[in-house]
Amino acid sequence: MIINHPLLGPRDAQEFTYLGDASLINRPDWQVQNAADAFYEYAYLRDNPAGLHRELWFHEIGDRSWLVVTRNTVTHEIINVEMAADVARSQGRSK
Amino acid sequence: MRYSGLRVIKEALTGHKGWKPVWRDPEPQASYDYIIIGGGGHGLATAYYLAKTFGKKRIAVLEKGWIGGGNVGRNTTIIRSNYLLDGNEPFYEYSLKLWEGLEQELNYNAMVSQRGILNLIHTDAQRDAFTRRGNGMILNGADAEMLSVEQIRKRYPFLNFNDARFPIKGGLAQHRGGTVRHDAVAWGYARGADSLGVDIIQNCEVTGFRIENGACLGVETSRGFIGGGKVAACVAGSSSRLMSNANMRLPIESTVLQAFVSEGLKPILPGVITFGAGHFYCSQSDKGGLVFGGDPDSYNSYAQRGNLPVVEDVCESGMALIPALGRARLLRMWGGIMDMSMDGSPIIDRTDIAGLYFNGGWCYGGFKATPASGMCYAHLLATDTPHKVATAYRFDRFRRGFMIDEKGMGAQPNLH
Repeated sequence: MIINHPLLGPRDAQEFTYLGDASLINRPDWQVQNAADAFYEYAYLRDNPAGLHRELWFHEIGDRSWLVVTRNTVTHEIINVEMAADVARSQGRSK
Repeated sequence: MRYSGLRVIKEALTGHKGWKPVWRDPEPQASYDYIIIGGGGHGLATAYYLAKTFGKKRIAVLEKGWIGGGNVGRNTTIIRSNYLLDGNEPFYEYSLKLWEGLEQELNYNAMVSQRGILNLIHTDAQRDAFTRRGNGMILNGADAEMLSVEQIRKRYPFLNFNDARFPIKGGLAQHRGGTVRHDAVAWGYARGADSLGVDIIQNCEVTGFRIENGACLGVETSRGFIGGGKVAACVAGSSSRLMSNANMRLPIESTVLQAFVSEGLKPILPGVITFGAGHFYCSQSDKGGLVFGGDPDSYNSYAQRGNLPVVEDVCESGMALIPALGRARLLRMWGGIMDMSMDGSPIIDRTDIAGLYFNGGWCYGGFKATPASGMCYAHLLATDTPHKVATAYRFDRFRRGFMIDEKGMGAQPNLH
């Protein structure tokens, strides 16, 4: 697979390590009432879709940035690549 | 129709005209007491033990393709019970005991071959860890033996003992481990289940569940609605897809695991060996091909095919252990989709929906578990209580913090 890095251009997927579902960006607030439930769902439950999947890849032997890659899990086709920091900021996070 | 040596001779002399199909191809009935979704090894074993051991009737196995076409036909055929943790080891040892009696039980030649499995040791720390694991196995009634380099050299003289980085320092052997003809497991259970009246319905894909007031009443399929008293999902690899129809999110990610077979060679590898410094395991099939595998591709996938970096990694590990492997040509390679659970261990449990049961999360160790998985799932379906060797395989262990994490990796499924 070739991951089209937003800053560095097309890079071999071997340069990256894979973390998992991009929902891992959305760490729950530990102070809310149902924090235990929220963290259980955050840590353990996954949609695991067959088809488009937004997921976190880390450019380990490159520029060490985190990317959100939208990829088809049935064909391995990569549809879109964004900087994870940009995705987090667009959701109102500071970083 | 029972198989026997006499029968084989008689058929040989009469042109093999007397063999008949060994399971029926029935039309689905309007309803069943038990509907098992998935005609793989685990599903067929569940149906068999439900009928045989628990005496249940009106059972159907629904399979979207053909039986045995999924992971039971796509694995590296290894059986073993060399686990460490209390939640796992009694279950896998029970499974190994069922393997030992399987062919007599089914009157079917599944080519169960207890040729032994050997986990190689390359460092002092690894020796400590494997000694501990061996002791854990013995405490749970399994067999385990630490072998010296000399003992290993006698049986496997061609290994790379003096590699500069990964010299072989010993090994943990389980002599009762081995291999089984994987397709014959599906066929043997199918024949056994069919003869006990189980309807095996192929080309029947489950597309949804009919759930009313928190209870599952049956399944929508490509061949119409089928009512069910108890509906049992058993589709490891596609568990998340199936259970999303019941609005369930599972502690599972799907990844693809590749496996490989070389061209047929004269016998060189008497047992199953695993490399301790990388991820590589290898045995030789009765046809002569070296059957081997390694790490899964580490990203979510439903593709049933992997990518080349893992092929390279597996072959490098193989070459580090068996330099002679480089002279053999690769004949076939394939991928199977694994239910990778959040702690690397499976789930056999009820769901929050009445009448809907779940079996899955087998990671890449489901084949060896087939008989015990079937027996324990049948026990759960028949009695609504877990079998005593499967009490730890609950959904709620993640919420309660009772993970069964053999590898100590945490909630990172692609690393288990």
